[in-house]
Amino acid sequence: MLTQRQVRLAWALVLPTLLVVVLVAGYPLAQVFYWSFFRADIAFVEPPEFVGFKNYLYLLQDPDFRQALWNTVKFTVISVSLETLLGLAIALVIHSNFKGRGLVRTAILIPWAIPTVVSAKMWQWMLHDVYGVINILGVKLGFLSQKVAFLARPELVLPAIIAVDVWKTTPFMALLLLAGLQLIPEELYEAASIDGATRWQQFWTITLPLLTPALVVALIFRTLDALRVFDVIFVMSGVNPATRTLAVYNRQTLIDFQDLGYGSAISVAILLLIFLFVVVYMRTLGREALR
Amino acid sequence: MRTWLRLGNRLLFYLLVAFVVVYSAFPFYWAVISSFKPSDALFASNPSFLPLPFTLDHYRNVFLQANFGRNLLNSVVVAGGATLLSLVLGVLAAYALGRLPFPPRNAVLYLVLAMTMFPQISVLGGLFMLLRQAGLFNTHLGLILSYLLFTLPFTVWVLVGYFKGLPRELEEAAYVDGATPLQTLVRIMLPLTGPGLVTTGLLAFIAAWNEYLFALTFTVGDKVKTVPPAIASFGGATPFEIPWGSIMAASVVVTVPLVVLVLIFQQRIVAGLTAGAVKG
Repeated sequence: MLTQRQVRLAWALVLPTLLVVVLVAGYPLAQVFYWSFFRADIAFVEPPEFVGFKNYLYLLQDPDFRQALWNTVKFTVISVSLETLLGLAIALVIHSNFKGRGLVRTAILIPWAIPTVVSAKMWQWMLHDVYGVINILGVKLGFLSQKVAFLARPELVLPAIIAVDVWKTTPFMALLLLAGLQLIPEELYEAASIDGATRWQQFWTITLPLLTPALVVALIFRTLDALRVFDVIFVMSGVNPATRTLAVYNRQTLIDFQDLGYGSAISVAILLLIFLFVVVYMRTLGREALR
Repeated sequence: MRTWLRLGNRLLFYLLVAFVVVYSAFPFYWAVISSFKPSDALFASNPSFLPLPFTLDHYRNVFLQANFGRNLLNSVVVAGGATLLSLVLGVLAAYALGRLPFPPRNAVLYLVLAMTMFPQISVLGGLFMLLRQAGLFNTHLGLILSYLLFTLPFTVWVLVGYFKGLPRELEEAAYVDGATPLQTLVRIMLPLTGPGLVTTGLLAFIAAWNEYLFALTFTVGDKVKTVPPAIASFGGATPFEIPWGSIMAASVVVTVPLVVLVLIFQQRIVAGLTAGAVKG
């Protein structure tokens, strides 16, 4: 009696959230799928025309799409690898006991809290080709032989943007890994020390294996974020083909070119890519982590 | 010999620590001092590392010439609205999912989890049309609704964890005393989840405050535009003069509240972040 009333209440409580989910995710997503089979502009100036899989066929041979996909993959692989290594190093530093570790933890939260747009602007200013502090200091300290236009040279834009992303998101990685490190029982290290294991051996045989679950979760979160990157790229170099990622290309097609049909097909492709990635990760690393 | 080696190691370690701190904090420090330097000092070939000479011109510029005050107000309304709405809806749903018998519980939880991984860009076109059809394009409400896409699932997911962690006896005692489930939620459970609410609310607020893609796409002009797209499009009198001082001043104004929040709620934010992720 009470249970049935409780079930009914539970439905009533969950319903508003479900409605919102349908409204802001379900319905728009259905629209995107639907329009990806049409030739249509987003303002419906011309009557939409059903074209079947034409948008998807075009996707396969569109060099701009291929370039955007390649940029996205490059950005994701390089930035996530660097963030993982750097995040692990910082987590290990904070995890060891020393005076002032609170200060370090606060300091690394700063990049995390700063809006991406702001961090992009800050770095744009620091990387300025004439007045940027990086160029001025780099020349003065001898790291650079002359000032470099980091954000104008096609081969340097993406690396520069990756450096900004690494700065911004490494703290998140470090915090997740730090939480993982704190779960490893201290006794294991004590026992290993008694058995004569060096620090290095302890790292490879205790820390790394026991940290794997946290590492996998952090990797999944960061990779998902990196695959859909938009803010830092768009603010720092706009729709420049040298850095244009899938999300940037997608927005450009939908909003700037007003191409609802093809833009929707790109959206579906991004969704599939992310879905594929989640499945592969879960199948391989996820299983490893759960073992 | 050995003590020397140890001392050397210690020194190296602290150098590493110093590097981490400088690397993390310097860019923000540089933005702050740049925002206080007059333009000629900003574009000096030998810039000073202190805000000397000092001026408030850029801040004056940002608030008097640009519509930055309006953008700031919009950000407060939109981020605040999205946070409040997600907390209210999220608490109700999370209580049902965490404490009440609810047959499709796992299905809903998976749906929520899937949504936290959802790429915003892939509903951009659909939401754009929805907002236009509903007359919500370029309105605060429209932006708030679209932000629920990422604030609500996150809130529900983390709060379910908090509710599940509360002892069952409390609830049973309330039932024995004749309280309805809703009374139990409001009088007993909600006060106990206070810290969880603060943390999730804070994280949702920060996410909404920093959002760029939707704010850029679903607003026109300054009526509803929030700070991130406003800062991104700050221009000078001509396309060749970028007002770096003003951009840095605006950046500092939007970032300072966040940095203060982070400093105050440091422990909770770290706990909330890792709870949200590790339980995933």
